[in-house]
Amino acid sequence: MTFTDWLRADRLPHIWCSGCSNGTILNCTLAAVEAEGWDRDRTVFVSGIGCSSRAPGYVATDSLHTTHGRALAFATGVKLAEPSLNVVVFTGDGDLAAIGGNHFIHACRRNVDMTVVCMNNLIYGMTGGQGSPTTPLGALSTTTPYGASEPAFDLVALAVAAGANHVARWTAYHVKELEKAVKTGLETPGLSFIEVRAGCPTNYGRKNRIREVTDMADHFRTRSMLKTKYDRLVAEGKPVPADAIVVGEFVRRANPAMGVAP
Amino acid sequence: MTRIEFMQGNAASAEGALAAGCRFFGGYPITPSTEVAELMARKMPKLGGVFVQMEDEIASIAAVIGAAWTGKKAMTATSGPGFSLMLENIGFAIMTETPLVIVNVQRGGPSTGQPTMSAQGDMLQCRFGSHGDMAILALAPDSVQEMYDLTVKAFNLAERFRCPAFLMADEIIGHMRERIDVPDRVEVVDRKPFVPGRLPFEADDDRVPGFPTFGQGHHTHVTGLTHDARGYPVTTDPAMHDALVRRLVGKVEDARREIADYRVTNPDAEVVFICYGAPARTVRQLVADRPDDGIGVLRLRLVWPFPEHALAEFPNARAFVVPEQNLGQIAREVERHVRVPVIPVSKLGGELHTPDELARVYEEVRAR
Ligand SMILES: Cc1ncc(C[n+]2csc(CCOP(=O)(O)OP(=O)(O)O)c2C)c(N)n1
Ligand code: SF4
Ligand SMILES: [Mg+2]
Repeated sequence: MTFTDWLRADRLPHIWCSGCSNGTILNCTLAAVEAEGWDRDRTVFVSGIGCSSRAPGYVATDSLHTTHGRALAFATGVKLAEPSLNVVVFTGDGDLAAIGGNHFIHACRRNVDMTVVCMNNLIYGMTGGQGSPTTPLGALSTTTPYGASEPAFDLVALAVAAGANHVARWTAYHVKELEKAVKTGLETPGLSFIEVRAGCPTNYGRKNRIREVTDMADHFRTRSMLKTKYDRLVAEGKPVPADAIVVGEFVRRANPAMGVAP
Repeated sequence: MTRIEFMQGNAASAEGALAAGCRFFGGYPITPSTEVAELMARKMPKLGGVFVQMEDEIASIAAVIGAAWTGKKAMTATSGPGFSLMLENIGFAIMTETPLVIVNVQRGGPSTGQPTMSAQGDMLQCRFGSHGDMAILALAPDSVQEMYDLTVKAFNLAERFRCPAFLMADEIIGHMRERIDVPDRVEVVDRKPFVPGRLPFEADDDRVPGFPTFGQGHHTHVTGLTHDARGYPVTTDPAMHDALVRRLVGKVEDARREIADYRVTNPDAEVVFICYGAPARTVRQLVADRPDDGIGVLRLRLVWPFPEHALAEFPNARAFVVPEQNLGQIAREVERHVRVPVIPVSKLGGELHTPDELARVYEEVRAR
């Protein structure tokens, strides 16, 4: 088997725009699930609403495409009711951190044994490019036409503080690292949260001068800084770029978790 | 065989749920329903079930739906403010044909209103509250016994129709303590199993599809989007949407005669009381106080789908009197079906109608 066996061939082509990162992130996740040797019959993909949340619809397993923001609450029900099932959640920045923010911190606190992959494109993609809680200060969107004036959430810091057992951040450029991080997430009992910086050329890139897919890849490559390096610079009192995307593993721990298969 | 107990209404509902096979409870505390959750928290783990206190009612109903897809019978319990929060996901359950039970122990609204006082103000909200056209099942207990019996029934209806079923209780019945006969075993209906080879949302003649439980290799896609029989989203085909919504509504509404559950007293009466829930107790007292008057009573145990044919059980009716703890929510429904006057007797604030109050209305209507 390869990861493509996990795709619902009869649902392709997908709805995502050309140049969208979501397909890459789906592939990386499925590659990890396949490498982990998970059983398609015993794996459930759950999501909320958004472009990102369409991902489970393309996976050939049981899949639950729910309401906006509530994926983690639905997934909690699935996992606690039947801990022997493997549960993976796909979500977006709006889905997870705006309307679903409360469920996010509580799922991390409960440390429910599942892997959460957030396709963070810094925008509401599906509804046409409105600002989200992760839209950076100054960035343009249809609801921040003069530049975002609200500070953004750091999703990784939130997940660490709320209690998730495994937290990582990568970008859609880092396909190998992402696959590895997801695999670690699948193996870690408790909640694993993986933020993936994702490109939305249609609604974010176009407005914020990262128009071409190659521009987005360059952006991710040049702005990313490994957490180890970032921490070292900070420790040495050296300057760090304000717009650095800090990537890597932020926490891996074995705190008590819920819904772990016996 | 039955066991006689002295029990609180909310406790009886929880016991009924467990007897019906409920093995997942997700909830959030709210007066006057909290005792349901507390009893579940104590008993569920001992039965190998799951109790989880979620972060709010939106999460509670979401977790219940998730659990239901693993094959569990699942429920939550709440009151007005929590019920309002659940509405979007109730629509999701309807659209995805997820069987589940919601106990709503009604209190005075709008808003936070009267947390400890009884009301029946959510009778239309449960029927029409979520967006879009829909059908649901709603039962209204008038005693501790019925808190038990109708919770069992709610599970059985939810399972049969793959549709949310509501136990629309009220604070008076939820918090009342009285004698109850607890049966040794109850009749239990299970959701129809999925037949491999069929499509996951392909309905039978009863318009209900078999349930493709998660984890059994059916690889079912479940979405709140308009979907085809495979479960795949098809959102711009008018005929597909029309057929789906009509099936979801029709599978419940068209069974209204068969599943109707009501009690008729004095069918020859000219003045007929229509009641459900706590006000039914006052009506019962009124009838007992005036045995020679032959007062008619239609008591609804299943309120939705509304058993409109039951009104014809009273061929001589000159008027229907509807005492409710709201401003005439079911009276309005009765009006749609009859040509004679319908007189709502609304009582807000949490207290029951007194027999005297109903007697005055009765005499006034009789004299017309
Ligand atoms: C309750 C509710 N409010 C609003 C919407 C409209 N809506 C659909 S998707 C979306 C935002 C999605 O953004 P995000 O989660 O970042 O996903 P993306 O499309 O960017 O992947 C919104 C607001 C909805 N479906 N439901
Ligand atoms: S709008 Fe953006 S996030 Fe949505 S599919 Fe297109 S590129 Fe991807
Ligand atoms: Mg987004």
